[in-house]
Amino acid sequence: MSESTSSVDNGVNVEALLGAREALSQAPEAAQFKWRATCDWVKGTHSKSSVTSFFGLGEEQQHRREFTFEADHPEVFASEDLGATPVEVVLCGLASCLMAGVAAVAQHRGIQLNSVKATLEAGMDIQGILGIDADVRNGFDGINVSFEVDGDASAEDLEALVAQSQKRSAVFDIVTNPTNVNVSVTKTG
Amino acid sequence: MTGSSDDQPARSVDAVVIGAGHAGLAISHCLREQGVDHVVFERGEIANSWRNERWESLTLLTPNWQCRLPGFSYSGDDPDGFMSMSEVIDFIERYAGKIDAPVLTRTEVTSVRRNADQYEIATATGNWRSRAVIVASGACNLPVFPPVASASPALVSTLTPHDYRNPSQLDDGGVLVVGASATGLQLADEIQQSGRAVTIAVGEHVRLPRIYRDRDIQWWMHATGILDESLDEIDDIVRARNIPSPQLVGSRDRQILDLNAMSDLGVRLVGRLMNFNGTVAQFSGSLRNVCALADLKMGRLLDTIDEWAARQPEAESFSPPERFARTRIDDHPCLTLDLDRDGIRTILWATGYRPDYQWLDVPVLDRKGKLRHDGGVVSDSPGMYVLGLPFLRRRKSSFIHGTEDDARFIANHLTGYLARQ
Repeated sequence: MSESTSSVDNGVNVEALLGAREALSQAPEAAQFKWRATCDWVKGTHSKSSVTSFFGLGEEQQHRREFTFEADHPEVFASEDLGATPVEVVLCGLASCLMAGVAAVAQHRGIQLNSVKATLEAGMDIQGILGIDADVRNGFDGINVSFEVDGDASAEDLEALVAQSQKRSAVFDIVTNPTNVNVSVTKTG
Repeated sequence: MTGSSDDQPARSVDAVVIGAGHAGLAISHCLREQGVDHVVFERGEIANSWRNERWESLTLLTPNWQCRLPGFSYSGDDPDGFMSMSEVIDFIERYAGKIDAPVLTRTEVTSVRRNADQYEIATATGNWRSRAVIVASGACNLPVFPPVASASPALVSTLTPHDYRNPSQLDDGGVLVVGASATGLQLADEIQQSGRAVTIAVGEHVRLPRIYRDRDIQWWMHATGILDESLDEIDDIVRARNIPSPQLVGSRDRQILDLNAMSDLGVRLVGRLMNFNGTVAQFSGSLRNVCALADLKMGRLLDTIDEWAARQPEAESFSPPERFARTRIDDHPCLTLDLDRDGIRTILWATGYRPDYQWLDVPVLDRKGKLRHDGGVVSDSPGMYVLGLPFLRRRKSSFIHGTEDDARFIANHLTGYLARQ
């Protein structure tokens, strides 16, 4: 497998990533990150989430600006459809995470990417969320991700890129493995 | 005299070797060639781990023709066979006899300390002082469990490959084998064939065919030079040292032991075991990807072999290239399994091994409990060496035949160290 070469440019700074990997393996405490989001109820099923800060490398970090995400339910759920449904936001998170990994691994392996498109589809039986059938889970019954990759490598090498991206993907891990979720409530106002 | 070893003055020797398995004996032979005065401490008998900590059906993954140690090689009439445990023990015992190794059996080392330029070694039969120490106590002393093991439901019995001998010691119910390296697949195979329904939890693994183009995979790995790859040819040695053992078995019929063979037998494949919620086991949804990774990686290895074969003068004499079917996965692999309702009564943790360094009172371990070393030369403790670990200096270090190069290097390094001291 060829290493990253100067002729390949996917816009990923692999040297910086490898440097960080080396530095953090010597200082594992700096590898402890905290990711955050806040979400405000707007009206009905419409809400607005934002991300501004996170913690990492031993200190508070700021995004360059605040990023916001609106979510709602579609009209078939008698909502106003003012944003993506939250489950679609999950698909976007998975897709973006895999996509970033594909670019980074391609750069490291010296593969020039020309275009990459991922199409995601997740099945869901809404008898679960509607409480019709207790045997049906609320969430997806599975997720299909199809990648179309135009890159300067064999079909097997492109498939290996996507496989390696899944192996190192945070969101892939989050959706494939159980995570403890703690929710607390404070009365305000 | 009271007879207590604590009252005896410590005996002195230039070097001590800890462990009389194949690695300890190989270095003993090389030290004797260099004229280094040494002893070999063995907690039990020669080849102790092979004797007491392995299951009955285990055979080596390397064919007999490949089995050799410095100054000794296989001389039987079945070069393409694979040694059983009793044959391995016999092989190593005969080697110890041939080289007349200075082994003290039933002499467990209880402590190794560093004192200025010397090492102080406490053993069950007395104290010693030496200028050099070679740790050859093995890579597989203790089973490794994932954190989830502590939440195993009480209704199942759990055991490790160190306790497992054969299927008859198991309850008649189903068995969950956790881990799909050589150990996991070999045990899943024989337990399923004993009539117990086996489920195997599969994380990252290494898939290899036993026979490729009519030759043993070890022949190809040797001929292409892959087994000879050394430390400085590898980008990430930590990763290379942690690669799980390939899905191979050394059986008389040279069977290919992969996940498709498991499925053919009726073994159920599930993803990596992630959690227990009461009696319900939860498995990762990554099964398809870990199998894709292993299939693709095997494909790249076979490409490398084919490219090498095509360059050889005898290229025409090799059987044609082959490719193997992708690993078959159900459309909806099971994600949760109620062990109680499913009748699973045993969990077998085939999740790896680690060395036991409890007796080592020199600060040479990293934060993960691994010995810090550069190709067998232990870091920050001059005169201390380690031998017999996976990819110590070369890929073949994991195998018996890989010990020779490592032992010769260490014997030379150690001799130079003693001369300079």
